Amino acid sequence: MNEKQSVTLQRDLPHPPDKVWRALTQSELMGDWLMESDFRPEVGHLFTFRADWGEVQGEVLEVEPQRRLSYTWHAFALKSVVTFTLTAIDGGTRLEMMQTGFRTDQEQELGGAKAGWAHFLDALAGCLDARASEEGS
Amino acid sequence: MATEKDLLFRALSDPTRRALFERLCRDGPTTVGSLTEGAGVSQPVVSKHLRRLEEAGLVEGRPSGRYTRYRACTAALAPLVDWTRDMAAYWDERLDDLEDLLKRMDQ
Repeated sequence: MNEKQSVTLQRDLPHPPDKVWRALTQSELMGDWLMESDFRPEVGHLFTFRADWGEVQGEVLEVEPQRRLSYTWHAFALKSVVTFTLTAIDGGTRLEMMQTGFRTDQEQELGGAKAGWAHFLDALAGCLDARASEEGS
Repeated sequence: MATEKDLLFRALSDPTRRALFERLCRDGPTTVGSLTEGAGVSQPVVSKHLRRLEEAGLVEGRPSGRYTRYRACTAALAPLVDWTRDMAAYWDERLDDLEDLLKRMDQ
């Protein structure tokens, strides 16, 4: 459960990079599509995203205007880094979003249940996959 | 946030509850009576375990005639198994909202 995993999404947006950059970095605009926060595009800035389901703590890691933005994303037991990469393309911007991280290991908290836990998750992973294909989602 | 996660872990730390949840996942929705068969514990004990699972969002009970049918809410478990599944869906929705915002910024 401690191995690194990542999520990557890509969108071609019919908007220029400077505009996309503003939406990604200005907290009043971020509140519209992502979450309310005290975000500032300054390396080392610590911020908090707030949503009705809870909070995400972050630290700005990289700011390369109109090209690259990266920050940490710590929520629940998930420690990860979110990176946005912008590339100017014909008629707009290619936006790539990548989140890389890992679940922190909580097995020690489960004490005697440890052995059964790993097996249980393996069994359930298979079950979830089966369900997902049944439901076609 | 940590407390919700703890609730999930605590709900699943008990082998009897894990077995009940696993059975609901595998065999689909069913009643307390049916779950009690083969559970090795009494019906009130099964009901108590189901309540703990329900509190953690893992199980949902729906009245069906004279009985309540319980089903597994596997989505509640997905973050423990594979957070990427959750986050990919999350970001996909966020990026939809971002596109909406970008359109409105034109106006």
